[in-house]
Amino acid sequence: MVVDMLSPDEVDRLFRALADATRRDILTHALTGEHSVTALASRYEMSFAAVQKHVAVLERASLVVKTRRGREQLVTADPDALATARRLLEQYEALWRHRVAAIDALLAED
Amino acid sequence: MPVIGTEIDREALTLTVTAEFVATPERVWQLWADPRQLERWWGPPGWPASFPRYEFEPGGEARYAMTGPEGESSAAWFRFTAIDEPRRIELVDGFSGDDGEPTDAMPSMRMVVEIEPSGGSDGAVTVMSIRTVFDSLEDLEQITSMGMVEGMTAAMNQIDALLA
Repeated sequence: MVVDMLSPDEVDRLFRALADATRRDILTHALTGEHSVTALASRYEMSFAAVQKHVAVLERASLVVKTRRGREQLVTADPDALATARRLLEQYEALWRHRVAAIDALLAED
Repeated sequence: MPVIGTEIDREALTLTVTAEFVATPERVWQLWADPRQLERWWGPPGWPASFPRYEFEPGGEARYAMTGPEGESSAAWFRFTAIDEPRRIELVDGFSGDDGEPTDAMPSMRMVVEIEPSGGSDGAVTVMSIRTVFDSLEDLEQITSMGMVEGMTAAMNQIDALLA
């Protein structure tokens, strides 16, 4: 049994990283495999530098890793499938934290 | 915070959340037994849920929809596999196809809810644990990519607002 808990700072970085639609879209692509920053940038109507910044935010939240191949920077979700599972379970955990807070508010009305 | 513990088992793709409430087990049971109460806490933030069909009995089915901030809708279902009032509920929670009915093409997850009295001077403290088991990493990925992440973000903002 592997037990994991995120520190408040890690949770904060995770959710701030996910708070932006473009970053969520980049992450969705990164989950499917390696993509160059150039290829990702071509998907959005914004500068290469702006997309690079979004990737950096995702990287700091440990949601993606960036590797260099020749002149290309490749972005992928953490290649370790278990790490992916952990990340996704943590998102699901956050949903339950929300539900429990809503239940608590509902019970407080009694 | 009423959440007193969470446990993630990455290999078994299982999440267990344990929460403590100042209420009797019978009161906590109503959160599940009464769909009008369930509607008030089930949906992610910004995605309220409504349950037009709710058969709270072993083998019973439920249909529900969550409506997003842009008016988009996500249809889903429960199938109750065991109900032992007021202690234990087992169910399958899955997403529906376009017709609102269950389909194998969409992911589902198994859940076990356990409700136990945990003392307190007036006997009115109850612990509820919810264990969710995902069948595969693909299911888990698909589920978390379906509007939930947005909900998480909103939840975090709400928590930030509460703590401010």
